[in-house]
Amino acid sequence: MLTFIIRRTLWTVVVMFVITVVVFFIFFKTPGVDPARALAGRNPSPQTLAEVRAQLGLNRPLVVQYGLMMKRIFITRNLVSYSDQGQLVIPEIFAAAPATLSLVFGAAIIWIVMAIVMGVAAARLRGRIYDPILMILALIGLSAPVFWIGQVANLITQGGLHNSVFSWVPPLGYTSFTVSPLHWFTGLVFPWITLSILYIGFYARVLRANLLEIQTEDYVRTARAKGLSEQRVLLRHTLRTSMITFVSLFGLDFGALVGGGAILTEVVFGIHGVGFLTWQALQNLDLPTIMAVVIYGAFFIVLMNALVDIAYAWLDPRVRPA
Amino acid sequence: MADPLLDIRDLKVSFRTDDGLVRAVDGVSVSLYEGETLGIVGESGSGKSVTVMSVMRLITDPNAQFDGEVIYKGTNLMGMSQDQIRSIRGAGISMIFQDPMTSLNPVYKVGWQIEEQIREHEHVSRQAARDRAVELLTAVGIPNARERADAYPHQFSGGMRQRVMIAMAVSCNPDVLIADEPTTALDVTIQAQILSLIKKLRQDFGTAVVLITHDMGVVADMADRIAVMYAGRIIEQGTQRELFYDPQHPYTWGLLGSIARLDRPRPRRLTAIPGLPPSLMQLPAGCAFGERCAHRFERCRETPLLLDRTGTGHLDACHLSAQQKQDVRDRAIHPELVEERP
Amino acid sequence: MTDGAVELALLREGPAVAKGDVLLRADHLKKYFPIKSGILIQREVARVHAVDDVSFQLRAGETLGLVGESGCGKSTLARCIARLYDITSGSLEFEGADISKYSRRQLRAVRRDLQMIFQDPYASLNPRKRVGAIISDPLRIHRAGSRDQIRRRVLELLELVGLSAEHINRYPHEFSGGQRQRIGVARAIALKPKLVIADEPVSALDVSIRAQVINLLDDLQDELGLTYIFIAHDLGVVRHVSDRIAVMYLGKIVEISPAEELYQRPVHPYTEALLSAVLVPDPDLSASRQRLVLEGDVPSPIDPPSGCRFHPRCRYATQVCTAEEPPLVQHGSLGHLAACHHPLSFETQVNAWATVPVSAEAPLSETAIT
Repeated sequence: MLTFIIRRTLWTVVVMFVITVVVFFIFFKTPGVDPARALAGRNPSPQTLAEVRAQLGLNRPLVVQYGLMMKRIFITRNLVSYSDQGQLVIPEIFAAAPATLSLVFGAAIIWIVMAIVMGVAAARLRGRIYDPILMILALIGLSAPVFWIGQVANLITQGGLHNSVFSWVPPLGYTSFTVSPLHWFTGLVFPWITLSILYIGFYARVLRANLLEIQTEDYVRTARAKGLSEQRVLLRHTLRTSMITFVSLFGLDFGALVGGGAILTEVVFGIHGVGFLTWQALQNLDLPTIMAVVIYGAFFIVLMNALVDIAYAWLDPRVRPA
Repeated sequence: MADPLLDIRDLKVSFRTDDGLVRAVDGVSVSLYEGETLGIVGESGSGKSVTVMSVMRLITDPNAQFDGEVIYKGTNLMGMSQDQIRSIRGAGISMIFQDPMTSLNPVYKVGWQIEEQIREHEHVSRQAARDRAVELLTAVGIPNARERADAYPHQFSGGMRQRVMIAMAVSCNPDVLIADEPTTALDVTIQAQILSLIKKLRQDFGTAVVLITHDMGVVADMADRIAVMYAGRIIEQGTQRELFYDPQHPYTWGLLGSIARLDRPRPRRLTAIPGLPPSLMQLPAGCAFGERCAHRFERCRETPLLLDRTGTGHLDACHLSAQQKQDVRDRAIHPELVEERP
Repeated sequence: MTDGAVELALLREGPAVAKGDVLLRADHLKKYFPIKSGILIQREVARVHAVDDVSFQLRAGETLGLVGESGCGKSTLARCIARLYDITSGSLEFEGADISKYSRRQLRAVRRDLQMIFQDPYASLNPRKRVGAIISDPLRIHRAGSRDQIRRRVLELLELVGLSAEHINRYPHEFSGGQRQRIGVARAIALKPKLVIADEPVSALDVSIRAQVINLLDDLQDELGLTYIFIAHDLGVVRHVSDRIAVMYLGKIVEISPAEELYQRPVHPYTEALLSAVLVPDPDLSASRQRLVLEGDVPSPIDPPSGCRFHPRCRYATQVCTAEEPPLVQHGSLGHLAACHHPLSFETQVNAWATVPVSAEAPLSETAIT
């Protein structure tokens, strides 16, 4: 198991390296694109351009250019965003990360719990009217656009009812946990719900289908033949094996969201997280920031991927290395 | 004779489908007595598996309909609540299945899977259940049982997994062990091991066995009494000797004749039963085997009942007279051997 | 050719059952599957010795049965002969040409003459294609005539395998297992192949249907002069169809013999054990036969036992069996070879079949109830 984890970690490093190379090439070596001009923001002065060129070492060999870039991102962390008054990009991302993590962690807990409850209930109540009702609810959640749900939530909590039922909801934005745990929580309740609705719908449907499939497996029949209760068969035998699929899906979605994928939710609720940062950078064509966010996002996805593989081996003894 | 341990009375199982009603089991009555081995023989779709799955109430298909009674120790299993039937499954009646590769949960250790069953039915400590599981694994011939109890199913060969299944099935000293094609997925050498293991357990614990198989060789080796099923009904039922040395139904003859036997000279051709089994949705009127039967006549348009036509307790569902059967049987089973006879 | 080689060749041919010319000759055939492992770069750490140094010869019109427990390499050998797998080493001559190193392009021409029938008629037919298309595919691929000619040929084939013309537009799922296997057979013989390799063709079928398909294969062999390699784990079926039988254990042929002789006089203890494990549909014989229950499982082909591969399970094994691998040499009649240090002699066999129970006095199905 240990060698498996080491091997998987080493692979993660290799994949990360390849991603940085690919990103580097996309931003710097796309034919017909002057990276200095692209990085220097809109309408740069000749001074800025020259400065950027010198910084990036554009006249030096490719390897050195790549090395310099990576050094600015990972070591000196002084990659500058020119469209944003010389803001340092990396610290900015790190400042945004807690908001995103808070949002995604909370939403993930809600969506896992709800999806398991709904999926298991639907599978258990199969053949009765509750099953299709649950699944239609899930489908609605799956199809409702995040920005619409978010806006509706805002309209209700920040608008007409703000002074009565929802007076406990703070104004839009993110309050750090260290500043006020209560405001951190109350401010995130609706963003959490909004973000999780889509995933509840999706995960509940996948889980139900998976549970029903596993229920036809021979070992589930064996479990029944042993005299176990339906409850125990469902939870200890069926659901346990379903978790293998569930976890691999979850890892990827979670990685993508932490990596900046919750753009819509963050924008709608004014949470200044990585997604929000990406949105701003896209609007301003702020290439250094976009590049850094892409690498940051890729890092989380690759990391979660590795964690999924390790969790997979933990959940399924058949793929566990001897 | 004493009361049967398990008495299936006029069991009917059908499934509603979009195309119509599938009569998988159509009025099966058969009894199992203490300590005996009952073989149920038939081909796929004959209803043999559905019969025993219904006894265990293991058919969860919401489109299934059941009728008839299954009396076990004086109570009708078909009328029991879920909780009542659960206390019998795995304790009074337990079951092993055809494919040992898929019948154990791949994510749990085999020892744990046995303990789970013991602890479901008996209030014992984890440690006691554990010790019992190890004992059982040793009894079914798993070497180093204490260590192997901590292995996962995929770390066992097919034969070893079937041994684990058997250990689990007998863990709560059942009165009845139902074995549904227990050796079909295994090699001949492993089949021999598993069958002799079942024989040994039967001897040691006095467990009555219901053995479902399509292999006449298996029942010749194991069964005391045999029921032959075709298209959802029992068409012949008798002692092992009666079935093999005095078979009454042309379908039984067909089964015996179509085997490539190692104990007889090689025939030029095998005696195949022509045609296919009928659709269970539109069973032909009269004898279900009629269309494939070389000896059918007028009366076969009436459905033949399973009756004691020989006066010896040997039941069959064929209209032919005893004399007619006597005359055509040998030729039907092994024509070439008959021809060679002076 | 030296004298020794001539003699050896004679032995392998087994003139007792020789029919036509040599169609297929496998010589020291090996198929290893690599097992790879490593932290970043995968390298080969072990090999599955699936087929390990197998030599035999097959004459036109003959049926060679292959038996052995699962994992003995019989299916791998079949797939190597059909060149569905690449061969690790050794030569494979088909009609005098060594096809062991043929490229996919070169193999196309060979495939015409060398077809396979698979075990699972459910899995080996494309569910989205109609029966007509399934059977005509090989004809079209090998451009065996105009559309009309192909259609006529398909109808002919359907009739030949006992299906009717109206089946041509149906899909595989509309058929029963036995009928599907007939479709598989029709597809395999469409191009009038010389050699048909049948890998467990009847194992998935019910007993009564099994006999139908075996009879069909028998008839086709007579009508079309086919040569078969027939793999099955049912020893009764293999004996029924085969002229010669090869018994495989852990990637090696341990015994090869004319069919009837193998059953009457097995030489290798493994063959003896296999035969002894077969159940007979006769309660009295079943009760009176002495059964040798072979202990344990087949060892791993990754790290096969030293010397004779059967020695850990063999009741006759001695020191020499662990040290030296026994060669495949003649025992008894010509063409009966076995690889064993302690070959069984006729007298010591516990399992001489109580064959020919039929005499004028003993009826087949005696009314033995008294």
